Parts: sequence; C-alpha cells; structure tokens
Amino acid sequence: MSILTMNHIEKSFGNVQVLKDISLSVKDGEILSIIGPSGSGKSTLLRCATMLETMDRGEILYRGTKAVWSDENGSICYAPKKELKEIQGLYGLVFQNFNLFPHYSVMKNITDAPIHVQKRDRDQVISEAKKLLKKMGLEDKADAYPCQLSGGQCQRVAIARALALNPQILFFDEPTSALDPELTGEVLKVIRSLADLNIAMVIVTHEMAFARDISDRVIFMADGVIVEEGTPKEVFASDNERTQSFLGRYGEMLK
Amino acid sequence: MSVSQMMKQLIGGMGVSIQIFVVTLVFSLPLGLLISFGRMSKNPVIRNVTKGYISIMRGTPLMLQLMVVYFGPFYLFGIRIGNSYRLWAVFIGFVINYAAYFAEIYRSGIQSMPAGQYEAAQILGYSRAQTFFKIILPQVMKRILPAVTNEIITLVKDTSLAFTLSVMEMFTVAKALAAKGTMIPFVAAGIFYYVFNLIVALAMEMLEKKMDYYR
Repeated sequence: MSILTMNHIEKSFGNVQVLKDISLSVKDGEILSIIGPSGSGKSTLLRCATMLETMDRGEILYRGTKAVWSDENGSICYAPKKELKEIQGLYGLVFQNFNLFPHYSVMKNITDAPIHVQKRDRDQVISEAKKLLKKMGLEDKADAYPCQLSGGQCQRVAIARALALNPQILFFDEPTSALDPELTGEVLKVIRSLADLNIAMVIVTHEMAFARDISDRVIFMADGVIVEEGTPKEVFASDNERTQSFLGRYGEMLK
Repeated sequence: MSVSQMMKQLIGGMGVSIQIFVVTLVFSLPLGLLISFGRMSKNPVIRNVTKGYISIMRGTPLMLQLMVVYFGPFYLFGIRIGNSYRLWAVFIGFVINYAAYFAEIYRSGIQSMPAGQYEAAQILGYSRAQTFFKIILPQVMKRILPAVTNEIITLVKDTSLAFTLSVMEMFTVAKALAAKGTMIPFVAAGIFYYVFNLIVALAMEMLEKKMDYYR
C-alpha cells in the first residue's frame, strides 16, 4: 500500500515554474532517492509533501487520505484539522541545516515533541530516546547542547528527533549538503542503518553512490519534471541524454 | 533642616522612584509583547494603528505624555482629577511609553529568528502557541537582552521625569531640598541613580551569563 501519493503537483515561484505536473507514490518501507541538479525542484517537492510549502495545483494523499488538494477553481484545500494532525504524525523531515532547537539539550530536542505534542508517557519516551541516541552513536551526548556538537552529530540528533515521533515515512532534504566528506560518511552510515526499520524514506541527495546503494527506486529530476524513474541500476545505467550529462563521471564510475 | 531629616525625605523619594520603576517594568514588558504582535499583524488596520501608536510614543517627549495623561481626563472629558491620580498618571504614562519601545525590541528579536525554527516546530507537530512560547520566545529573550538592558537603564533615570507632575520621587524631593541652598540632595540623588543602575547592569549581566549555555 502507498504511504504517500502525489498527483499532478505544480508549483511556481513568481514566473518560474519549479514543479511541472509531478506525480509519484511511495510504498510502505520503500526507500526512494531523488537526484538531480540544483534548482530542479527536488527540495520544493519535499517541502510541498511536508506542507511547508503550498503547491499551486495537484493533490497529496497519505495512506489514501487526501491531505491537500486543489479544487476545480484552483484554490487549495486542506483536510479537516483533526485529520490533518493525524496525517502530520505520519511523516517526519530531516533538514539540510538540522534546525535543532539551540536552547534545548540533545535529550530535550528529541523528547519534547513526543511528550508535549503526542502526549506520550515521559519515562517511556526518555528510555526510547536513549536507545535512539545509542543507535546514532551519541549515547554520551544526551546532556550536550547543539552548539557543542559537530555538524554530523547535529544531523544525527535531528534524525533521532524525527524518529522519536515514530513516523511511517521520513523525508531527508539533502541531509549531508552542509557537511564535509568525513561527517557526511557518518551521517550516511546512520541513514543506512535505518533501512531495516521498515520506515519509508524519501531522500533528496547529491551523494550518488549512496543513492545507488541504499535505494529501492531512484527518481532523476531536472527542470521541474521527472526525467527518469526506476531501480538504481536502470537510472544509473540510463542512456537518456539528460541523465547522462548530469551523472557524468559518476555514471561512468558506477556502471 | 538637619542632614538626617534630609536623608529621611530622600529615602522616601527613593521608595517612590523604585515603585515607578517596578510598576513600569512589570506592566510594559508583557504589554510590549502584545503591541509587537499588533505591529506584525497581517491585519492592516491593527498593524497601522499600532504603528501609529508606537510612532507617537517614540516621537513625543515622555514629559509631555505625562502631562497629557494627567490633565487629559479634565480637559477632554471634564473629569475632576484628584491629587491621588498623580502617581497613577505617572504609572500609566510610563507603562504606555515603555511598552512602545519594548514592542520594537521584541519585534527586532522575533523577526531575526530563522524560518527553520518555525519549520522544524511545524514538522514536529507543535501548535502555534507551543511554537511561540517554547521555541521562539526563549531564543528571542536571549537575543534582545542587551537592548532591553539599555532600555531599563534609561528607565531608571527617566523615573526622575515624574517631577513634572510633582510626584514626590527622588529627583522631585532632591530639587525641593536643594532650593533651600544646599548641593547635598543633588549629590545624594546622583549617587542613588548611579548605584541603582550599577545594580541593574550587574543583574542583567548575570542574566546574560545564565543564558550563555547555548548559541
């Protein structure tokens, strides 16, 4: 069953159409990577899916329930408040620049939303958070503040924060673009380790080798359209001209 | 008049000064936050009304505002004003004046917050009120602390403007005593304001240090 379905999404900023009739769906537990040049609309697509950005046209469904859609007059409608809140509980997002709360300790960053938004039992949330921190290799950083951590550690905390809400689909918006190669490695390792959690993941990334290894499916986007879609093997070995020119030497290397 | 009598009167004035200071802070800080919301409102009527209010409060002398608050009820509505209204007029005048300044300080802090903090809170499911009071406001407080310190120090000295309405605060008392031909009350007043502000500055420095655990 599809956890996420996006149909005919369109989005413009001023005169620039960033998304041109994009449709895609993500199955439960599926790992989907979206690659493509900067400015191709990848991040905007994620921001529309997570409702940080309002699309101009189209519809977005989570688990078959309409979350946002445009009616025949072209105005954007949202699901009723209660339904929307449930839908928002289904997904999480990891930002390029982490967006941790600097005034909260690592532990509070992770546990505050489960306790005060989902109203879950405090002790249980804390014990789960400790397990998550261990999984992220940060068990000794629970009391640290974000400013005391490296970029890679911050991003791992951000991933733990997203996971603590038990999402069924997790979006990553270029999770390693703000990191140097060494820190990138440690974050990618953590994301890889999530593959067996059976959470669907949609990853916008410029890490080609990573996308190839981890994904069930890869989408190549350029100029606001999906140019190609398929298994990593299919996309990376494609002879589509646009795909080839983007992948360049990566394509050659990975063939 | 003996020095000890003089001191007694000055200490009484000191009490009134401190009273004006405390009342102004306690009411203008929250009121300023409310006004800053109005100033940032999407509703153009609310936004422009608060904008005009702030403009007038910042653009005219506090001394004049105190006069308007005190004499206004009589000249505008013919209400007889008693002597006991003097101190109230000072409280009201100071609170509405300082709230305007604090509103602009809050606004500068709130608007300097990166959008990412709001977005992260939205994704994590925080309500609008939770986002503001748990995520945004604590960080805003840290950012605006130096500007607020400036304003509070000015307030300590501004309390002397209550002499306009002959409220017997420190400066009014000192002025009356000095009229008898001695400089001592002015020296005492000077020391009082300076020490008061020294304490304010130290307290605010401690507060800043306390918030220093994060960037």
